[in-house]
Amino acid sequence: MIYRENGQFKTSYAADQQIFPIAQDRWAVLAIVAFAFVGIPFLVDEYLFRAILIPFLILALAALGVNLLVGYCGQITLGAGAFMAVGAYAAYNFLIRIDGMPMLAAILLGGFVAAVVGIVFGIPSLRVRGLYLAMATLAAQFFWDWAFLRISWFTNNAPSGSVSVSNLELLGWSIDAPIEKYLFCLGLLALFALLAKNMTRSAMGRQWMAIRDMDVAAEVIGIRPMFAKLSAFAVSSFYLGVAGALWGFVHLGSWEPAAFSIDRSFQLLFMVIIGGMGSIMGSFFGAAFIVVLPIFLNQFLPWLGGLVGLHISTAGVSHAEFMIFGALIVFFLIVEPHGIARLWSTGKEKLRLWPFPH
Amino acid sequence: MAFFLETLIGGLMAGMLYSLVALGFVLIYKASGVFNFAQGALVLFAALAMARFSEWLPGWTGIDSPILANIGAFVLAGLVMFAVAWIIERLVLRHLVNQEGATLLMVTLGIAYLLEGIGQGFFGNDIYKIDVGMPKEPVMVLENMFEGGILINKEDFIAALIAALLVGALTLFFQKTATGRALRAVADDHQAAQSIGIPLNRIWVIIWLVAGLVALVAGIIWGSKLGVQFSLATVALRALPVVILGGLTSVPGAIVGGLIIGVGEKLSEVYLGPYVGGGIEIWFAYMLALVFLLFRPQGLFGEKIIDRV
Repeated sequence: MIYRENGQFKTSYAADQQIFPIAQDRWAVLAIVAFAFVGIPFLVDEYLFRAILIPFLILALAALGVNLLVGYCGQITLGAGAFMAVGAYAAYNFLIRIDGMPMLAAILLGGFVAAVVGIVFGIPSLRVRGLYLAMATLAAQFFWDWAFLRISWFTNNAPSGSVSVSNLELLGWSIDAPIEKYLFCLGLLALFALLAKNMTRSAMGRQWMAIRDMDVAAEVIGIRPMFAKLSAFAVSSFYLGVAGALWGFVHLGSWEPAAFSIDRSFQLLFMVIIGGMGSIMGSFFGAAFIVVLPIFLNQFLPWLGGLVGLHISTAGVSHAEFMIFGALIVFFLIVEPHGIARLWSTGKEKLRLWPFPH
Repeated sequence: MAFFLETLIGGLMAGMLYSLVALGFVLIYKASGVFNFAQGALVLFAALAMARFSEWLPGWTGIDSPILANIGAFVLAGLVMFAVAWIIERLVLRHLVNQEGATLLMVTLGIAYLLEGIGQGFFGNDIYKIDVGMPKEPVMVLENMFEGGILINKEDFIAALIAALLVGALTLFFQKTATGRALRAVADDHQAAQSIGIPLNRIWVIIWLVAGLVALVAGIIWGSKLGVQFSLATVALRALPVVILGGLTSVPGAIVGGLIIGVGEKLSEVYLGPYVGGGIEIWFAYMLALVFLLFRPQGLFGEKIIDRV
């Protein structure tokens, strides 16, 4: 009843090509974005900003990057964390080695460095694919883990690669309260999400998808695999690099290489698969799921234990967390291998027909 | 020269241990097309079971002899691995026939988390030791050929021997027995195998059981070397380059790949490491595998990848 596109006619090419062709979608998304910018800062306390919202925004950006590569171009990567690390440390170096370097410029430059590194580590994708490629990307992960720990130039001679950044400033606006950090990340995320959506609708995104669906066939119809694959690696790594720089600068403040370990790479891949491969919306769902779940379990399990008169120790909680996390992932993949985004679109289809399903 | 040989032999033996873990990957990939990221968790789980059972058994049954306790623990741990294989097939794999590789890979990651959680929650999360009477002291050999001889770790030597035996047994099992033939048929083509009456579900239980037993052996050897602790699960990550190098579908590939990686790691650490700050073992193996991949995308012994449009 409420969600139906009857009577919405497209009378121009511009109307035909817009991102949300259905008016209800358009208004809903605009409302959510407006609420995120204007409403949430008034409603939420500091803890939520620090523990959930800021990590969610940054990891959603990273998941977006992974999704462009894995979901749209079909190149599995297990080295996403490494590109985040490259972005973070490159941005750090730009910031401290060049006097008067603006923070935003350092973050974006970090992203560009990550993109270049991504291209280099994407070269094997021209020869190998599938699981072999996934293993090849692990090489990037272990190499950069090692490099930031052992090569002291990268970390300005800081012991064990732990560095810190303070005084975040953007055009005279000093970003230090959680609410300001939140708005800064939200602005960047909104911008990059729009960019990603448009990229996947453009010639480049279509090339990626053709490569994903069948690379030999794509080559036959005149798509250059080298350009398509390497551009996907570059764009994806750029997103990851920016996300990594944000993670270091804005969320952590001071960090060491372990912040971008292989667990981070797995986590990002989980987000993409659970959220939905090849879906911008899915990246957000996945990030929200993975960020909120451990916090929820952490709060919920001791309470549940107390309910049945069982005291669960901290170690017990962490083991139970492992178990439930693993079980949920397995359960999810069995029930809906295409992720939350598919559930979402099924729901929308149902809603279109509601309340007369036949 | 003696030092070089010593490093070389050390590398070969470490390589044998890697190939033990790599074997588990190859077995499951061959029979179900699943890249099993949970192999490391299986190793940890099996080792934990072994260590704890051998500790608990004397208390339960009053057996005093450590040999009997070890044998009993081995049997019990084997049964546990069978249960794990059966549950995984029953609850997970059965529902995921015909899914894409990425989904299956994710599922095994989920299984890995689950096993790590259950294993540590049930068996405890301290460092345990497995004592199956492996000799610890190193021996000198070839003393008349080189000055000072070559130092060989007896434990490594026995481990390598066990690994070699296991590989031989597995090869025989795959090539000569009816079950082995059925396994190869399933690996070749699920549908065709099913249509000639091979029960897919039972085959999968068997293959996960075999992989679980290989994990148990690997867990005992690694565990008696390093102690049973959480880091055992990361051994799988060290063994991955071995699998890439040797090819995902080849048992001999796992062995040869293991030897190459083992030797490469040790030699690079000793001769290259000092120049770049050490600790390069972990990524050097991956780089080595990567370079190989650029020339042979399917690994050394993998099946040739043929594309059809």
